[in-house]
Amino acid sequence: MTTAIVGASIAGVRAAQALRAEGYRGDVVLIGSEPVLPYDKPPLSKGYLVGAGAAEVTLLTAAEALELNIDLRLGVPAVGLDRALSELRLANGRRVGFDDLVVATGVRARPSPWGEGEGIHVLRTLDDADRLRAELVPDRRIIVIGAGFIGAEVAATALGLGVDVTLVSATRDLMSRRLGDEIGALFSQKHSRHGVHAVLGRTVAQIDGAKGDFRVLLDDGSELHGDVVVIGIGAVPNVEWLEDSGLEIDDGLVCDEFLTALGAPEIHAIGDVARWRHPVRGDLTRLEHWTNAVDQARCVAHNIAHPDDRRSYLPVEYVWSDQFNWKLHIVGRTTAVNPEMVTDPRTPDRIASLYSQNGLSFDGAVVLNWPRALVEVRRSIAAGSSLSDVRVRLGRLLESASG
Amino acid sequence: MPVVKADLGLCQGYANCIMAAGDYFDLDDDGVVILLRTEVDEADRKRVTEAANSCPVSALRVEDE
Ligand SMILES: Cc1cc2nc3c(=O)[nH]c(=O)nc-3n(C[C@H](O)[C@H](O)[C@H](O)COP(=O)(O)OP(=O)(O)OC[C@H]3O[C@@H](n4cnc5c(N)ncnc54)[C@H](O)[C@@H]3O)c2cc1C
Ligand code: SF4
Repeated sequence: MTTAIVGASIAGVRAAQALRAEGYRGDVVLIGSEPVLPYDKPPLSKGYLVGAGAAEVTLLTAAEALELNIDLRLGVPAVGLDRALSELRLANGRRVGFDDLVVATGVRARPSPWGEGEGIHVLRTLDDADRLRAELVPDRRIIVIGAGFIGAEVAATALGLGVDVTLVSATRDLMSRRLGDEIGALFSQKHSRHGVHAVLGRTVAQIDGAKGDFRVLLDDGSELHGDVVVIGIGAVPNVEWLEDSGLEIDDGLVCDEFLTALGAPEIHAIGDVARWRHPVRGDLTRLEHWTNAVDQARCVAHNIAHPDDRRSYLPVEYVWSDQFNWKLHIVGRTTAVNPEMVTDPRTPDRIASLYSQNGLSFDGAVVLNWPRALVEVRRSIAAGSSLSDVRVRLGRLLESASG
Repeated sequence: MPVVKADLGLCQGYANCIMAAGDYFDLDDDGVVILLRTEVDEADRKRVTEAANSCPVSALRVEDE
């Protein structure tokens, strides 16, 4: 028996480890295109940019792979899949046969639509982070385009290094697509207070010039000038290598609720590349969050090791972000309008905004700087509690803290 | 018996461990993990190891004493 895992980042590594924890006795081959040891990505926009070492982001060492009997093959991308033969084709011409295949190839940064070249950065890989880190020196002028999580984190981290930061976003506030207007506005203010020059509600028309002297032209005709540009405008799934496999590809590898590819029970997808049928909502969902990758890896490892006891994948969606001294957590779905805000009166930086699609069910929350509330909302979502339950629980938290 | 250890300096309060094994972990008001117990029953080993593997900053370890 062989399980081949393609993609050696958090999803792939955790799947390999979980297979062994599940008692899987077959061969485990873990294939990664990058020539470096598997590493973790969240620190790349945070601690790694301020000088954390490569060892601190390593997910799996050669010794750990050996101990778990994981056949680690780095620096060789998979270039194709032959379903009839149950074989992978690698870039070096080799083939790898499998009984189960785990697709964990993640996503890559959406490339710049305004041209590429020296001084124009994206941030996804360790290599990207090394190149960007070399630019983050005091008084260098950087222009960050896109105020999603990665753009906002890079802006905050760079500012802490004494860099002169301008942040441009089409949205009215930072990360407002996921945070809602109120908390998005709090983040915009927070960034401004710390000295980020935020240019909001503006789109980029054109970038010209060169490293050390870029000119970024905005839709209203105004111009920004900077030494370096960082572009954080989302990501695209790494699925090209599956294009002639016959599998259904549509913004990711399309899977059923068990995370197996449609019509291919031996092929599983996990992490940022997986677009699976949500077992409750019924829609196809793809998430780009660390915890989702880990949870899906565990689910698929279980299903491979115990094919008679397969489990569907039902996540408690969770993502965090650290900016300046603020800790942000998003749990569940935060797309409804008019969330209900709960604040801790003694510590006004502690906020929970609660989301409900219909005023009754509790569907999601944004939690700022309030660890105990985070635990309550994560538990409540997992337990399927109602909005009024959650209100009561947070009320109790506030009482017990003041009592 | 296996034991679970936490590096409190590393912990960032993400609460992933609590979701995986709420009978072993909790968070204090400052967002630092609390070990509700340190000795891990053999029957819980897999679950607690999974909880440690779900920690985004690798602040938890299950070790054999
Ligand atoms: C800078 C940054 C900060 C982040 N911060 C947070 C955060 O604070 N909180 C949070 O929840 N999430 C965060 N994320 C998101 C999180 O890191 C991702 O959800 C996670 O990395 C997904 O893991 P994955 O293994 O599915 O995919 P990826 O990490 O994208 O890994 C895919 C791997 O597959 C390899 N690969 C691709 N194609 C092939 C091929 N054909 N053959 C072999 N290998 C291939 C790639 O080289 C890569 O190593 C952040 C991401 C970035 C980039
Ligand atoms: S998962 Fe890790 S960081 Fe999060 S609370 Fe537990 S120990 Fe702390």
